[in-house]
Amino acid sequence: MPSLIDLRRRIRTVKNTQQITKAMKVVSAAKLRRAQDRVLAARPYAQIIRRMLANVAQAAAEHQGDEGIELLAKRPERRIQLLVITADRGLAGAFNSNVIKTAHKFIQDHPDADVQLELIGRKGRDFFRKRHRSITGDYSTLFQRAVRYEDALDIARKVTERFRQAEIDAVYLVVNNFKSMMASRLVVTRVLPVELPEKQEQTDYIYEQPAAQLLASLLPRYIESQIYRAMLESSAAEHAARMTAMEAATSNAAEVIDTLTLNMNRVRQASITREIIEIVSGAAALE
Amino acid sequence: MADTFDIEIATPERLLAREKAIRAQIPAKEGYIGVLPEHASLLSELGIGAMTYTTPDDHLFSLAIRGGFLEIHNNVVRVLSDIAEKGHEIDITQAEKDLKQAQDEMVNPALGVDIASALTAARHAQARIDAARKAAAKEE
Repeated sequence: MPSLIDLRRRIRTVKNTQQITKAMKVVSAAKLRRAQDRVLAARPYAQIIRRMLANVAQAAAEHQGDEGIELLAKRPERRIQLLVITADRGLAGAFNSNVIKTAHKFIQDHPDADVQLELIGRKGRDFFRKRHRSITGDYSTLFQRAVRYEDALDIARKVTERFRQAEIDAVYLVVNNFKSMMASRLVVTRVLPVELPEKQEQTDYIYEQPAAQLLASLLPRYIESQIYRAMLESSAAEHAARMTAMEAATSNAAEVIDTLTLNMNRVRQASITREIIEIVSGAAALE
Repeated sequence: MADTFDIEIATPERLLAREKAIRAQIPAKEGYIGVLPEHASLLSELGIGAMTYTTPDDHLFSLAIRGGFLEIHNNVVRVLSDIAEKGHEIDITQAEKDLKQAQDEMVNPALGVDIASALTAARHAQARIDAARKAAAKEE
């Protein structure tokens, strides 16, 4: 049985931990709200560009077919670029390990392909740095402040250029999409060659530029906005995951405190009882 | 016949405006396009310049934009710009400084900036000045 002082000390440590987890939860809640706002703010642009792309692609295809457009070119997937978006920090439950697991599985599912990793987020970098041979780049500070469009732009330009040069045949993206407080959805999507969105309605536009030319400048922006959105979603999901994890940690700590307090009281009671027995038996011996 | 149209201005990061307008002037790639209600459906790339639009209560709004796309369809004008700033948020002295610097870079190759990007910078700075002036003129 641990002594009274030991128990008191342990209760104090757990209480300190609980305070930290509580504070982290509050911080994550605030960050989550901001991240969600950014996801919402980026949505109109993404929706409009998607619809535009569908229309323009159709018009361009009518005139000359898909052949001329290199960002749509399907090649056998021998070299695949995989963009892995994790967080920069841990303590977010299974958030990072889920992404890493999915990326790992992706690599194993493509044994014939040379999968090259572009790691966005420090956690992914730390994991794959020693385990995977071909890493084309890593970013370990992007999520420490709010995600900026320029960050996504750099990454998008880099992979698009490599795709153009036929250094890689396809680009996939592994990311945690924000779904709700409790759940995020892991998705693997193909970024390149671009999968044209389904078009809903046929519209007769006046084209100020030839449709093919419009398409050529729309496609890179579509890729940029996809990667930007993925980063925003991941950042929102990260904060949600951390909030949930810290919530759980806080209530766990409360449970531990309860058990320890119970133990402490027992020990105290036991020692009081023992002292009484000693006194009583001492008095009895004198009679 | 509608006498207004909807205008939406978005950058990748946020939606800058979504409101009703009665007319607009937009710098497309091949020159300014004037838009009135019930404009025919149109798709174009955007150039660099100051766009303006007027709301039904006769307020003029101006924005500096740089690159992107314009879509007009079903009486909705959608401006997707890579960079867009509202005229009254632009620091005019800074913009003038930027313009001066870009012009110096254009005429002086020794500064090591290629002419095309200096030209783009100059046009963007000019667009920002125009947008800021238009916003200021409205307030007087």
